Amino acid sequence: MTNALVFDIAHLLAGGLVLVSMMMLYQDRLYALLNVFALHSLVLTLSVAWQAFVQDAPHLYVTAAIALVFKAIVIPVALHRMIRQLGIHREIETVVGIGLTMIVGISLVALAMVVMLRVTPEADPLAREDLAFALSVLLLGLLIMVTRRNAVSQIVGFMSLENGLVLAATGAKGMPLVVEISVAFSVLIAFIVIGVFLFRIRERFDTVDVRALDDFKGRRRK
Amino acid sequence: MVLISALLVQAVQMVAVVLLAPLLTGLTRKVKARLLRRQGPSVFQPYRDILRLLRKDVVLAENASWLFRVAPYLIFAMTWVSAALVPTFATGLMFSWSADLIAIIALLGSARFFLALAGMDVGTSFGGIGSSREVMIATLAEPAMLLIIFTLALVAGSTQLSTIAAFMTSPQVGLRVSLGIALIALTMVAIAENARIPVDNPATHLELTMVHEAMVLEYSGRHLAMIELAASLKLLLYISLIACMFVPWKLATPGAGPDAYLTGMFAYIVKLAVGAAFLALFETQTAKMRVFRVPEFLGAALMLGLLATLLLFVSRSL
Repeated sequence: MTNALVFDIAHLLAGGLVLVSMMMLYQDRLYALLNVFALHSLVLTLSVAWQAFVQDAPHLYVTAAIALVFKAIVIPVALHRMIRQLGIHREIETVVGIGLTMIVGISLVALAMVVMLRVTPEADPLAREDLAFALSVLLLGLLIMVTRRNAVSQIVGFMSLENGLVLAATGAKGMPLVVEISVAFSVLIAFIVIGVFLFRIRERFDTVDVRALDDFKGRRRK
Repeated sequence: MVLISALLVQAVQMVAVVLLAPLLTGLTRKVKARLLRRQGPSVFQPYRDILRLLRKDVVLAENASWLFRVAPYLIFAMTWVSAALVPTFATGLMFSWSADLIAIIALLGSARFFLALAGMDVGTSFGGIGSSREVMIATLAEPAMLLIIFTLALVAGSTQLSTIAAFMTSPQVGLRVSLGIALIALTMVAIAENARIPVDNPATHLELTMVHEAMVLEYSGRHLAMIELAASLKLLLYISLIACMFVPWKLATPGAGPDAYLTGMFAYIVKLAVGAAFLALFETQTAKMRVFRVPEFLGAALMLGLLATLLLFVSRSL
Protein backbone atom coordinates (compact mmCIF):
# COMPACT_ATOMS: atom_id res chain seq x y z
CA MET A 1 0.00 0.00 0.00
CA THR A 2 1.31 3.42 -0.88
CA ASN A 3 2.31 5.88 1.77
CA ALA A 4 0.01 8.58 0.42
CA LEU A 5 -3.06 6.38 0.72
CA VAL A 6 -2.18 5.43 4.31
CA PHE A 7 -1.94 9.09 5.18
CA ASP A 8 -5.10 10.00 3.26
CA ILE A 9 -7.25 7.44 5.07
CA ALA A 10 -5.88 8.45 8.49
CA HIS A 11 -6.52 12.09 7.57
CA LEU A 12 -10.02 11.29 6.37
CA LEU A 13 -10.98 9.49 9.57
CA ALA A 14 -9.41 12.00 11.96
CA GLY A 15 -10.85 14.92 9.98
CA GLY A 16 -14.20 13.15 10.04
CA LEU A 17 -13.98 13.08 13.83
CA VAL A 18 -13.55 16.87 13.92
CA LEU A 19 -16.50 17.21 11.55
CA VAL A 20 -18.71 15.02 13.76
CA SER A 21 -17.67 17.13 16.76
CA MET A 22 -18.87 20.20 14.88
CA MET A 23 -22.12 18.36 14.13
CA MET A 24 -22.56 17.81 17.87
CA LEU A 25 -22.31 21.56 18.39
CA TYR A 26 -25.08 22.06 15.84
CA GLN A 27 -27.60 19.64 17.38
CA ASP A 28 -30.50 21.02 19.36
CA ARG A 29 -32.29 17.80 20.33
CA LEU A 30 -31.02 15.44 23.02
CA TYR A 31 -31.71 12.20 21.14
CA ALA A 32 -30.09 13.55 17.98
CA LEU A 33 -27.09 14.58 20.07
CA LEU A 34 -26.78 11.03 21.43
CA ASN A 35 -26.97 9.56 17.93
CA VAL A 36 -24.26 11.92 16.73
CA PHE A 37 -22.18 10.93 19.74
CA ALA A 38 -22.54 7.26 18.78
CA LEU A 39 -21.39 8.21 15.28
CA HIS A 40 -18.45 10.08 16.84
CA SER A 41 -17.38 6.95 18.69
CA LEU A 42 -17.83 4.84 15.56
CA VAL A 43 -15.53 7.14 13.59
CA LEU A 44 -13.06 6.96 16.48
CA THR A 45 -13.19 3.16 16.35
CA LEU A 46 -12.41 3.18 12.64
CA SER A 47 -9.62 5.67 13.14
CA VAL A 48 -8.03 3.63 15.93
CA ALA A 49 -8.37 0.42 13.94
CA TRP A 50 -6.67 2.08 11.00
CA GLN A 51 -3.83 3.25 13.26
CA ALA A 52 -3.52 -0.31 14.56
CA PHE A 53 -3.25 -1.57 11.00
CA VAL A 54 -0.74 1.12 9.98
CA GLN A 55 1.48 0.82 13.04
CA ASP A 56 1.12 -2.96 13.08
CA ALA A 57 0.16 -2.75 16.76
CA PRO A 58 -2.38 -5.47 17.67
CA HIS A 59 -3.11 -3.99 21.10
CA LEU A 60 -4.67 -0.96 19.40
CA TYR A 61 -7.37 -3.29 18.06
CA VAL A 62 -8.34 -3.86 21.70
CA THR A 63 -8.64 -0.10 22.15
CA ALA A 64 -10.81 0.06 19.05
CA ALA A 65 -13.01 -2.73 20.39
CA ILE A 66 -13.36 -0.93 23.74
CA ALA A 67 -14.34 2.26 21.93
CA LEU A 68 -16.89 0.40 19.81
CA VAL A 69 -18.54 -1.58 22.60
CA PHE A 70 -18.56 1.01 25.37
CA LYS A 71 -18.72 4.36 23.64
CA ALA A 72 -20.63 3.58 20.48
CA ILE A 73 -23.15 1.16 22.01
CA VAL A 74 -23.31 0.95 25.82
CA ILE A 75 -23.06 4.63 26.78
CA PRO A 76 -25.48 6.01 24.14
CA VAL A 77 -28.04 3.31 24.97
CA ALA A 78 -27.63 4.00 28.69
CA LEU A 79 -28.05 7.74 28.12
CA HIS A 80 -31.15 7.10 26.01
CA ARG A 81 -32.67 5.16 28.89
CA MET A 82 -31.59 7.81 31.36
CA ILE A 83 -33.35 10.55 29.40
CA ARG A 84 -36.49 8.46 29.24
CA GLN A 85 -36.41 7.77 32.98
CA LEU A 86 -35.68 11.38 33.87
CA GLY A 87 -38.54 12.47 31.63
CA ILE A 88 -36.77 15.72 30.76
CA HIS A 89 -37.36 18.08 27.88
CA ARG A 90 -35.70 16.81 24.77
CA GLU A 91 -34.58 20.21 23.55
CA ILE A 92 -31.15 21.42 24.52
CA GLU A 93 -30.91 24.86 26.03
CA THR A 94 -27.73 26.51 24.89
CA VAL A 95 -26.05 29.35 26.75
CA VAL A 96 -25.41 31.34 23.55
CA GLY A 97 -26.87 30.92 20.07
CA ILE A 98 -25.81 28.08 17.79
CA GLY A 99 -24.25 30.46 15.26
CA LEU A 100 -21.93 32.00 17.83
CA THR A 101 -21.05 28.56 19.21
CA MET A 102 -20.09 27.40 15.72
CA ILE A 103 -17.86 30.44 15.19
CA VAL A 104 -16.14 29.81 18.53
CA GLY A 105 -15.80 26.14 17.56
CA ILE A 106 -14.12 27.02 14.26
CA SER A 107 -11.71 29.37 16.00
CA LEU A 108 -10.87 26.61 18.50
CA VAL A 109 -10.07 24.26 15.60
CA ALA A 110 -7.86 26.97 14.09
CA LEU A 111 -6.19 27.49 17.46
CA ALA A 112 -5.53 23.77 17.87
CA MET A 113 -3.93 23.63 14.44
CA VAL A 114 -1.78 26.70 14.95
CA VAL A 115 -0.54 25.41 18.33
CA MET A 116 0.08 21.82 17.27
CA LEU A 117 1.75 22.62 13.96
CA ARG A 118 4.07 25.10 15.68
CA VAL A 119 5.25 22.76 18.43
CA THR A 120 5.76 19.62 16.34
CA PRO A 121 7.75 20.64 13.28
CA GLU A 122 10.05 17.59 13.18
CA ALA A 123 7.50 14.90 14.00
CA ASP A 124 6.12 12.37 11.55
CA PRO A 125 3.34 14.01 9.44
CA LEU A 126 0.88 11.28 10.41
CA ALA A 127 1.41 11.94 14.13
CA ARG A 128 1.31 15.70 13.54
CA GLU A 129 -2.08 15.76 11.88
CA ASP A 130 -3.41 13.24 14.39
CA LEU A 131 -2.35 15.42 17.31
CA ALA A 132 -3.76 18.57 15.70
CA PHE A 133 -7.12 16.89 15.12
CA ALA A 134 -7.11 15.33 18.59
CA LEU A 135 -6.56 18.72 20.22
CA SER A 136 -9.43 20.17 18.14
CA VAL A 137 -11.78 17.37 19.20
CA LEU A 138 -10.74 17.90 22.81
CA LEU A 139 -11.36 21.64 22.71
CA LEU A 140 -14.70 21.15 20.93
CA GLY A 141 -15.70 18.68 23.69
CA LEU A 142 -14.89 21.33 26.28
CA LEU A 143 -16.90 23.86 24.28
CA ILE A 144 -19.93 21.52 24.26
CA MET A 145 -19.63 21.23 28.04
CA VAL A 146 -19.39 24.98 28.49
CA THR A 147 -22.19 26.02 26.17
CA ARG A 148 -24.86 23.55 27.30
CA ARG A 149 -27.03 23.98 30.35
CA ASN A 150 -28.43 20.48 30.37
CA ALA A 151 -26.38 18.01 32.42
CA VAL A 152 -26.97 15.13 29.97
CA SER A 153 -25.46 17.07 27.09
CA GLN A 154 -22.56 18.02 29.34
CA ILE A 155 -21.88 14.32 29.83
CA VAL A 156 -21.88 13.89 26.05
CA GLY A 157 -19.38 16.75 25.79
CA PHE A 158 -17.18 15.06 28.37
CA MET A 159 -17.30 11.74 26.53
CA SER A 160 -16.41 13.35 23.20
CA LEU A 161 -13.50 15.09 24.92
CA GLU A 162 -12.31 11.67 26.02
CA ASN A 163 -12.61 10.44 22.43
CA GLY A 164 -10.16 13.19 21.49
CA LEU A 165 -7.75 11.91 24.16
CA VAL A 166 -7.92 8.38 22.73
CA LEU A 167 -7.24 9.75 19.26
CA ALA A 168 -4.15 11.55 20.53
CA ALA A 169 -2.99 8.45 22.43
CA THR A 170 -3.25 6.18 19.40
CA GLY A 171 -1.53 8.68 17.12
CA ALA A 172 1.58 8.58 19.32
CA LYS A 173 3.43 5.32 18.86
CA GLY A 174 4.17 3.09 21.82
CA MET A 175 1.28 3.88 24.16
CA PRO A 176 0.94 0.84 26.43
CA LEU A 177 -2.36 -1.00 26.50
CA VAL A 178 -2.61 -0.85 30.29
CA VAL A 179 -2.80 2.93 30.18
CA GLU A 180 -5.55 2.86 27.56
CA ILE A 181 -7.61 0.28 29.38
CA SER A 182 -7.33 2.21 32.63
CA VAL A 183 -8.37 5.43 30.85
CA ALA A 184 -11.34 3.66 29.29
CA PHE A 185 -12.47 2.24 32.60
CA SER A 186 -11.97 5.44 34.54
CA VAL A 187 -14.19 7.18 32.00
CA LEU A 188 -16.78 4.45 32.43
CA ILE A 189 -16.67 4.90 36.19
CA ALA A 190 -16.90 8.67 35.75
CA PHE A 191 -19.95 8.05 33.59
CA ILE A 192 -21.60 5.94 36.30
CA VAL A 193 -20.81 8.52 38.97
CA ILE A 194 -22.17 11.33 36.81
CA GLY A 195 -25.26 9.21 36.16
CA VAL A 196 -25.89 8.79 39.87
CA PHE A 197 -25.35 12.50 40.37
CA LEU A 198 -27.82 13.25 37.61
CA PHE A 199 -30.54 11.37 39.42
CA ARG A 200 -29.66 13.07 42.70
CA ILE A 201 -29.76 16.52 41.05
CA ARG A 202 -33.06 15.64 39.50
CA GLU A 203 -34.49 14.42 42.79
CA ARG A 204 -33.47 17.56 44.64
CA PHE A 205 -34.16 20.26 42.07
CA ASP A 206 -36.75 18.69 39.73
CA THR A 207 -34.56 19.59 36.76
CA VAL A 208 -31.23 18.71 35.22
CA ASP A 209 -30.57 22.30 34.26
CA VAL A 210 -27.32 23.17 35.98
CA ARG A 211 -28.42 26.77 36.51
CA ALA A 212 -30.39 25.44 39.46
CA LEU A 213 -27.08 24.52 41.08
CA ASP A 214 -25.79 28.08 40.67
CA ASP A 215 -28.87 29.47 42.39
CA PHE A 216 -28.40 26.97 45.17
CA LYS A 217 -24.75 27.88 45.75
CA GLY A 218 -25.75 31.38 46.86
CA ARG A 219 -27.57 30.11 49.96
CA ARG A 220 -26.21 27.95 52.76
CA ARG A 221 -27.64 24.53 53.22
CA LYS A 222 -29.56 24.07 56.41
CA MET B 1 -8.76 24.48 -36.76
CA VAL B 2 -8.38 24.38 -32.99
CA LEU B 3 -10.07 27.77 -32.77
CA ILE B 4 -12.97 26.62 -34.90
CA SER B 5 -13.51 23.47 -32.88
CA ALA B 6 -13.31 25.45 -29.63
CA LEU B 7 -15.89 27.88 -30.96
CA LEU B 8 -18.10 25.03 -32.09
CA VAL B 9 -17.91 23.31 -28.69
CA GLN B 10 -18.76 26.59 -26.99
CA ALA B 11 -21.75 27.12 -29.29
CA VAL B 12 -23.01 23.57 -28.66
CA GLN B 13 -22.60 24.16 -24.93
CA MET B 14 -24.59 27.40 -25.00
CA VAL B 15 -27.43 25.82 -26.98
CA ALA B 16 -27.38 22.63 -24.91
CA VAL B 17 -27.73 24.37 -21.54
CA VAL B 18 -30.75 26.36 -22.69
CA LEU B 19 -32.40 23.34 -24.28
CA LEU B 20 -31.75 21.01 -21.34
CA ALA B 21 -32.66 23.40 -18.53
CA PRO B 22 -36.49 23.10 -18.78
CA LEU B 23 -36.14 19.34 -19.21
CA LEU B 24 -34.18 19.17 -15.95
CA THR B 25 -36.90 21.10 -14.13
CA GLY B 26 -39.56 18.88 -15.68
CA LEU B 27 -37.68 15.73 -14.72
CA THR B 28 -37.29 16.90 -11.12
CA ARG B 29 -41.02 17.61 -10.90
CA LYS B 30 -41.88 14.28 -12.49
CA VAL B 31 -39.64 12.25 -10.14
CA LYS B 32 -41.00 14.16 -7.18
CA ALA B 33 -44.59 13.53 -8.26
CA ARG B 34 -43.91 9.81 -8.78
CA LEU B 35 -42.29 9.58 -5.33
CA LEU B 36 -45.47 11.07 -3.89
CA ARG B 37 -47.47 8.48 -5.88
CA ARG B 38 -48.94 11.09 -8.17
CA GLN B 39 -48.88 10.88 -11.94
CA GLY B 40 -47.38 14.36 -12.37
CA PRO B 41 -47.17 16.42 -15.57
CA SER B 42 -45.06 15.27 -18.50
CA VAL B 43 -41.34 16.03 -18.33
CA PHE B 44 -41.83 18.36 -21.29
CA GLN B 45 -44.39 20.52 -19.48
CA PRO B 46 -41.89 23.34 -18.68
CA TYR B 47 -41.24 23.79 -22.44
CA ARG B 48 -44.97 24.13 -23.05
CA ASP B 49 -45.27 26.58 -20.16
CA ILE B 50 -42.50 28.75 -21.51
CA LEU B 51 -43.88 28.72 -25.06
CA ARG B 52 -47.34 29.59 -23.79
CA LEU B 53 -45.96 32.46 -21.71
CA LEU B 54 -44.00 33.76 -24.70
CA ARG B 55 -47.19 34.00 -26.74
CA LYS B 56 -49.15 35.84 -24.06
CA ASP B 57 -49.44 39.57 -23.60
CA VAL B 58 -47.51 41.32 -20.88
CA VAL B 59 -49.54 42.96 -18.14
CA LEU B 60 -47.52 45.79 -16.62
CA ALA B 61 -48.26 47.72 -13.48
CA GLU B 62 -48.84 51.44 -14.13
CA ASN B 63 -45.95 52.53 -11.98
CA ALA B 64 -43.48 49.95 -13.33
CA SER B 65 -40.21 51.62 -14.38
CA TRP B 66 -37.88 50.67 -17.22
CA LEU B 67 -35.92 48.56 -14.73
CA PHE B 68 -38.89 46.26 -14.29
CA ARG B 69 -39.03 45.62 -18.04
CA VAL B 70 -35.28 45.23 -18.52
CA ALA B 71 -34.55 43.06 -15.50
CA PRO B 72 -35.88 39.71 -16.88
CA TYR B 73 -33.65 39.92 -19.95
CA LEU B 74 -30.64 40.95 -17.85
CA ILE B 75 -31.22 38.13 -15.40
CA PHE B 76 -31.61 35.60 -18.18
CA ALA B 77 -28.52 36.84 -20.02
CA MET B 78 -26.32 36.77 -16.91
CA THR B 79 -27.47 33.31 -15.91
CA TRP B 80 -27.00 32.05 -19.45
CA VAL B 81 -23.46 33.42 -19.70
CA SER B 82 -22.49 31.91 -16.37
CA ALA B 83 -24.02 28.56 -17.37
CA ALA B 84 -22.02 28.71 -20.59
CA LEU B 85 -18.81 29.03 -18.57
CA VAL B 86 -19.16 25.74 -16.70
CA PRO B 87 -17.56 22.79 -18.50
CA THR B 88 -20.54 20.45 -18.88
CA PHE B 89 -19.49 17.85 -21.45
CA ALA B 90 -16.09 19.19 -22.56
CA THR B 91 -13.31 21.17 -20.89
CA GLY B 92 -11.33 23.93 -22.56
CA LEU B 93 -14.36 25.94 -23.63
CA MET B 94 -13.71 29.11 -25.58
CA PHE B 95 -15.16 31.43 -22.94
CA SER B 96 -14.02 29.55 -19.90
CA TRP B 97 -10.48 30.99 -20.15
CA SER B 98 -11.80 34.51 -19.86
CA ALA B 99 -13.75 33.95 -16.65
CA ASP B 100 -13.25 31.67 -13.68
CA LEU B 101 -15.39 30.38 -10.84
CA ILE B 102 -15.34 33.72 -9.01
CA ALA B 103 -16.66 35.46 -12.15
CA ILE B 104 -19.52 32.94 -12.30
CA ILE B 105 -20.45 33.78 -8.70
CA ALA B 106 -20.23 37.50 -9.50
CA LEU B 107 -22.53 37.07 -12.52
CA LEU B 108 -25.07 35.14 -10.47
CA GLY B 109 -24.78 37.77 -7.73
CA SER B 110 -25.60 40.58 -10.14
CA ALA B 111 -28.52 38.59 -11.56
CA ARG B 112 -29.86 38.25 -8.04
CA PHE B 113 -29.30 41.97 -7.42
CA PHE B 114 -31.46 42.87 -10.41
CA LEU B 115 -34.12 40.37 -9.40
CA ALA B 116 -34.28 41.92 -5.93
CA LEU B 117 -34.52 45.41 -7.44
CA ALA B 118 -37.29 44.30 -9.80
CA GLY B 119 -39.12 42.75 -6.86
CA MET B 120 -39.21 46.13 -5.12
CA ASP B 121 -39.87 48.19 -8.25
CA VAL B 122 -43.66 48.06 -8.41
CA GLY B 123 -43.96 48.67 -4.71
CA THR B 124 -46.22 45.81 -3.67
CA SER B 125 -45.65 44.39 -0.23
CA PHE B 126 -45.06 40.84 -1.49
CA GLY B 127 -42.24 41.93 -3.76
CA GLY B 128 -40.63 43.76 -0.87
CA ILE B 129 -40.87 40.75 1.44
CA GLY B 130 -39.44 38.50 -1.26
CA SER B 131 -36.55 40.84 -1.98
CA SER B 132 -35.63 41.30 1.65
CA ARG B 133 -35.67 37.54 2.26
CA GLU B 134 -33.73 36.81 -0.90
CA VAL B 135 -31.04 39.30 0.09
CA MET B 136 -30.88 37.81 3.59
CA ILE B 137 -30.29 34.38 2.08
CA ALA B 138 -27.75 35.79 -0.36
CA THR B 139 -25.65 37.48 2.31
CA LEU B 140 -25.15 34.10 3.93
CA ALA B 141 -24.94 31.90 0.85
CA GLU B 142 -22.34 33.92 -1.00
CA PRO B 143 -19.61 33.89 1.68
CA ALA B 144 -20.18 30.15 2.06
CA MET B 145 -19.85 29.70 -1.70
CA LEU B 146 -16.65 31.76 -1.77
CA LEU B 147 -15.12 29.70 1.05
CA ILE B 148 -15.92 26.51 -0.85
CA ILE B 149 -14.22 28.01 -3.91
CA PHE B 150 -11.17 28.89 -1.81
CA THR B 151 -10.96 25.29 -0.62
CA LEU B 152 -11.14 23.95 -4.16
CA ALA B 153 -8.71 26.55 -5.43
CA LEU B 154 -6.22 25.68 -2.69
CA VAL B 155 -6.50 21.98 -3.55
CA ALA B 156 -6.36 22.34 -7.32
CA GLY B 157 -4.15 25.43 -7.43
CA SER B 158 -6.55 27.33 -9.67
CA THR B 159 -10.02 28.87 -9.76
CA GLN B 160 -10.31 27.88 -13.41
CA LEU B 161 -13.01 25.24 -13.76
CA SER B 162 -11.26 23.33 -16.56
CA THR B 163 -8.08 23.10 -14.46
CA ILE B 164 -10.04 22.00 -11.41
CA ALA B 165 -11.82 19.31 -13.43
CA ALA B 166 -8.51 18.10 -14.89
CA PHE B 167 -6.98 18.00 -11.40
CA MET B 168 -9.92 16.07 -9.97
CA THR B 169 -9.52 13.29 -12.52
CA SER B 170 -5.77 12.99 -11.87
CA PRO B 171 -4.55 10.51 -9.20
CA GLN B 172 -3.06 13.42 -7.22
CA VAL B 173 -6.40 14.12 -5.56
CA GLY B 174 -6.50 11.16 -3.19
CA LEU B 175 -8.98 10.97 -0.37
CA ARG B 176 -9.40 14.37 1.15
CA VAL B 177 -11.83 15.12 3.92
CA SER B 178 -11.87 18.78 2.85
CA LEU B 179 -13.34 17.87 -0.52
CA GLY B 180 -16.10 15.85 1.10
CA ILE B 181 -16.96 18.74 3.40
CA ALA B 182 -16.87 21.15 0.46
CA LEU B 183 -19.29 18.92 -1.45
CA ILE B 184 -21.77 18.90 1.45
CA ALA B 185 -21.47 22.67 1.86
CA LEU B 186 -21.85 23.27 -1.89
CA THR B 187 -25.00 21.13 -1.96
CA MET B 188 -26.46 23.16 0.92
CA VAL B 189 -25.65 26.42 -0.86
CA ALA B 190 -27.10 25.09 -4.12
CA ILE B 191 -30.36 24.18 -2.37
CA ALA B 192 -30.62 27.66 -0.88
CA GLU B 193 -29.64 29.45 -4.09
CA ASN B 194 -32.17 27.59 -6.18
CA ALA B 195 -35.01 28.23 -3.74
CA ARG B 196 -35.66 24.53 -3.14
CA ILE B 197 -37.07 22.81 -0.06
CA PRO B 198 -36.09 23.21 2.85
CA VAL B 199 -35.20 26.87 2.23
CA ASP B 200 -38.02 27.83 -0.11
CA ASN B 201 -40.79 25.90 -1.79
CA PRO B 202 -40.79 26.32 -5.59
CA ALA B 203 -44.37 25.04 -5.92
CA THR B 204 -46.28 27.29 -3.56
CA HIS B 205 -47.67 30.78 -3.42
CA LEU B 206 -48.25 30.92 0.30
CA GLU B 207 -47.37 34.45 1.32
CA LEU B 208 -45.85 33.50 4.66
CA THR B 209 -43.16 31.31 3.18
CA MET B 210 -42.44 32.23 -0.41
CA VAL B 211 -39.18 33.93 -1.28
CA HIS B 212 -38.44 33.59 -4.96
CA GLU B 213 -42.07 33.43 -6.05
CA ALA B 214 -42.89 36.59 -4.09
CA MET B 215 -40.37 38.61 -6.05
CA VAL B 216 -41.63 37.52 -9.45
CA LEU B 217 -45.31 37.76 -8.55
CA GLU B 218 -45.85 40.88 -10.68
CA TYR B 219 -44.33 39.40 -13.82
CA SER B 220 -46.36 38.00 -16.69
CA GLY B 221 -46.04 36.97 -20.32
CA ARG B 222 -42.62 36.92 -21.94
CA HIS B 223 -41.00 38.52 -18.88
CA LEU B 224 -42.14 35.64 -16.72
CA ALA B 225 -40.95 33.17 -19.38
CA MET B 226 -37.47 34.71 -19.21
CA ILE B 227 -37.43 34.52 -15.41
CA GLU B 228 -38.63 30.92 -15.34
CA LEU B 229 -36.05 29.91 -17.92
CA ALA B 230 -33.36 31.71 -15.91
CA ALA B 231 -34.44 29.84 -12.77
CA SER B 232 -34.22 26.50 -14.63
CA LEU B 233 -30.82 27.49 -16.01
CA LYS B 234 -29.58 28.30 -12.54
CA LEU B 235 -30.60 24.87 -11.27
CA LEU B 236 -28.83 23.28 -14.24
CA LEU B 237 -25.78 25.45 -13.58
CA TYR B 238 -25.44 24.32 -9.98
CA ILE B 239 -25.87 20.65 -10.83
CA SER B 240 -23.32 21.04 -13.64
CA LEU B 241 -20.96 22.82 -11.25
CA ILE B 242 -21.13 19.96 -8.75
CA ALA B 243 -20.79 17.41 -11.57
CA CYS B 244 -17.83 19.21 -13.13
CA MET B 245 -15.92 19.59 -9.87
CA PHE B 246 -16.72 16.39 -8.00
CA VAL B 247 -17.57 13.82 -10.69
CA PRO B 248 -15.65 15.12 -13.73
CA TRP B 249 -15.59 11.74 -15.43
CA LYS B 250 -15.84 11.36 -19.19
CA LEU B 251 -15.37 15.08 -19.84
CA ALA B 252 -14.00 15.49 -23.35
CA THR B 253 -10.63 17.26 -23.43
CA PRO B 254 -9.77 19.73 -26.21
CA GLY B 255 -8.50 18.01 -29.35
CA ALA B 256 -10.35 14.76 -28.67
CA GLY B 257 -12.27 12.97 -31.40
CA PRO B 258 -16.02 13.38 -32.02
CA ASP B 259 -16.80 10.14 -30.17
CA ALA B 260 -15.21 11.61 -27.01
CA TYR B 261 -17.57 14.56 -27.28
CA LEU B 262 -20.53 12.24 -27.77
CA THR B 263 -19.58 10.18 -24.69
CA GLY B 264 -19.09 13.42 -22.78
CA MET B 265 -22.57 14.62 -23.76
CA PHE B 266 -24.15 11.29 -22.86
CA ALA B 267 -22.34 11.21 -19.50
CA TYR B 268 -23.45 14.79 -18.83
CA ILE B 269 -27.12 13.95 -19.45
CA VAL B 270 -26.81 10.94 -17.13
CA LYS B 271 -25.22 13.14 -14.46
CA LEU B 272 -28.05 15.67 -14.78
CA ALA B 273 -30.68 12.94 -14.50
CA VAL B 274 -28.99 11.53 -11.37
CA GLY B 275 -28.78 15.04 -9.91
CA ALA B 276 -32.48 15.66 -10.57
CA ALA B 277 -33.41 12.31 -9.01
CA PHE B 278 -31.36 13.02 -5.88
CA LEU B 279 -32.84 16.51 -5.59
CA ALA B 280 -36.40 15.16 -5.87
CA LEU B 281 -35.63 12.41 -3.34
CA PHE B 282 -34.17 14.93 -0.90
CA GLU B 283 -37.12 17.30 -1.32
CA THR B 284 -39.66 14.59 -0.56
CA GLN B 285 -37.72 13.61 2.57
CA THR B 286 -37.47 17.03 4.21
CA ALA B 287 -39.94 19.59 5.45
CA LYS B 288 -39.63 23.26 4.71
CA MET B 289 -37.96 25.17 7.52
CA ARG B 290 -39.08 28.45 8.99
CA VAL B 291 -37.51 31.49 7.33
CA PHE B 292 -35.70 32.34 10.54
CA ARG B 293 -34.07 28.91 10.60
CA VAL B 294 -32.48 29.54 7.21
CA PRO B 295 -29.56 31.59 8.65
CA GLU B 296 -28.67 28.58 10.81
CA PHE B 297 -28.80 26.24 7.81
CA LEU B 298 -26.60 28.52 5.73
CA GLY B 299 -24.42 29.35 8.72
CA ALA B 300 -23.68 25.63 8.94
CA ALA B 301 -22.70 25.68 5.24
CA LEU B 302 -20.43 28.65 5.92
CA MET B 303 -18.83 26.89 8.88
CA LEU B 304 -18.33 23.74 6.81
CA GLY B 305 -16.59 25.80 4.13
CA LEU B 306 -14.35 27.35 6.77
CA LEU B 307 -13.61 23.96 8.31
CA ALA B 308 -12.76 22.53 4.87
CA THR B 309 -10.27 25.35 4.31
CA LEU B 310 -8.76 24.86 7.77
CA LEU B 311 -8.38 21.11 7.42
CA LEU B 312 -6.37 21.65 4.24
CA PHE B 313 -3.52 23.00 6.34
CA VAL B 314 -3.06 19.67 8.08
CA SER B 315 -3.33 17.56 4.95
CA ARG B 316 -0.62 16.11 2.76
CA SER B 317 1.30 19.36 2.56
CA LEU B 318 2.79 18.61 6.01
